[in-house]
Amino acid sequence: MTAIVHMDKINKHFGNLHVLKDVELDVAAGEVVVIIGASGSGKSTLIRCVNGLEAFQDGRIEVDGHALAAHGKSHNALKAVRTEVGMVFQQFNLFPHMNVRDNVSLAPIKVRGTDRPAAEKQANALLERVNILEQADKYPGQLSGGQQQRVAIARSLAMEPRLMLFDEPTSALDPEMIGEVLDVMRELAREGMTMMIVTHEMSFAREVADRVIFIHQGAIVEQGRPEEIFDHPQHPRTQSFLARVLKH
Amino acid sequence: MDVQFQFDWHAAFASLPYLLEGIPWTLAISFGGLAIGFVLGILFGLLSLSPSRLLRWVATAYIEIFRGTPVLVQVLFIFYGLPQIIGGPIDALTAGIAAIALNSAAYISEIVRGGVQSIARGQREAGLSLGLSTPQTFRYIIWPQALRRMIPALGNQGIVSIKDTSLFSVIGVGELVRQGQIYIATTFNALETYFMVAMLYLVITMSLSFALRMLERRGLVGQ
Ligand SMILES: Nc1ncnc2c1ncn2[C@@H]1O[C@H](COP(=O)(O)OP(=O)(O)OP(=O)(O)O)[C@@H](O)[C@H]1O
Ligand SMILES: [Mg+2]
Repeated sequence: MTAIVHMDKINKHFGNLHVLKDVELDVAAGEVVVIIGASGSGKSTLIRCVNGLEAFQDGRIEVDGHALAAHGKSHNALKAVRTEVGMVFQQFNLFPHMNVRDNVSLAPIKVRGTDRPAAEKQANALLERVNILEQADKYPGQLSGGQQQRVAIARSLAMEPRLMLFDEPTSALDPEMIGEVLDVMRELAREGMTMMIVTHEMSFAREVADRVIFIHQGAIVEQGRPEEIFDHPQHPRTQSFLARVLKH
Repeated sequence: MDVQFQFDWHAAFASLPYLLEGIPWTLAISFGGLAIGFVLGILFGLLSLSPSRLLRWVATAYIEIFRGTPVLVQVLFIFYGLPQIIGGPIDALTAGIAAIALNSAAYISEIVRGGVQSIARGQREAGLSLGLSTPQTFRYIIWPQALRRMIPALGNQGIVSIKDTSLFSVIGVGELVRQGQIYIATTFNALETYFMVAMLYLVITMSLSFALRMLERRGLVGQ
């Protein structure tokens, strides 16, 4: 079992706020890790450290052999990591001035140097895969939230990532659109994509996760197989959190 | 009450050929100055967004100086003052273009800064997370969106600068107002001539407004 992500005693502060506390986490190739925890517990910050969108003050992160040092001081590694790690955001963050196909083909063209016809062909294949090829010539503003998020996933996949990060990918969606996005993620998991997912969709987590991590005030307090965490949580914090979120 | 003075359309149209000679000068100063001002404005606007405190300070100093002094004083300084330093004359056209360029750059840099800052943080993060470098993210993602948002404010600045060139009759450059003044000196038709001068400014500024509105509309199709 080779670890794609290796986080070693990560500490992060926002000013006086200690957001991540000695976080130790390994993610194996092909593993699906779901991170749960209360609002403000540091879930987003944790996964944003993995692709260097947040710098940390102490510790070490290795992503597919590239070492990210504290304070973001590792330019080449950062570049390598970002080309190999895809990220899907709660707010989609599609590029509104480009059509869907250009959103997907931009990074392969500019980062990998793929020629345009090849990149567009690849974009079409990916859009087909997330069931949205018929919208390829539209602009993001003309799509529903669920469609936009599927485009965002296709855009990340275009860089053929070794790891995908998802930060609450369905939280900004109307309920009837959540399913179509989760379906795409389910399919990715089935194909063996390594994923770190922050989500409040507990039944989805139970279904796709190989491991669930509960984080409280910046520290990992409990982790395990989904059935262990959801059915027999050991830590009182996990118990009270799950009691709260599983009530509805 | 008797109407002492009648607006004489004949006289008004008679002034046109003379006034039209001023148009190339007005356009050259306006658009020459604005073109350079746009480049300088982007430069100082980007400096004002730089992580370096020194560079930000340079931008702030520039903006404060050229926004805080009248463009008329600036052009007088360039035309009459600067030759004493460089030891040679500066022609009026160059002085006019330089004054519009330096002055509009101060305002345009603020427009650029505001436009870039108005783009949501998530756009930058999405670009970086795809592996684009910071300059690539700026060039392909942030800048095109910011530029589109800047169009109305840039148009506004364009109109202000075009009107500012009317002050430059003081350095003797033969732009619209100057042509009007010369014409009035021999014909005494101040009412009709200044009326036509005003109309010609309107034609120029409204053409600019119209062109920019077209540009904006075309750009907005996708959003
Ligand atoms: N840029 C920032 N500057 C200062 N504090 C921040 C910043 N980003 C996050 N924080 C703080 O860090 C803590 C952890 O934030 P984070 O976004 O990681 O939480 P989260 O678990 O993702 O919460 P949520 O479920 O609401 O998304 C919070 O207290 C938050 O207010
Ligand atoms: Mg979050």
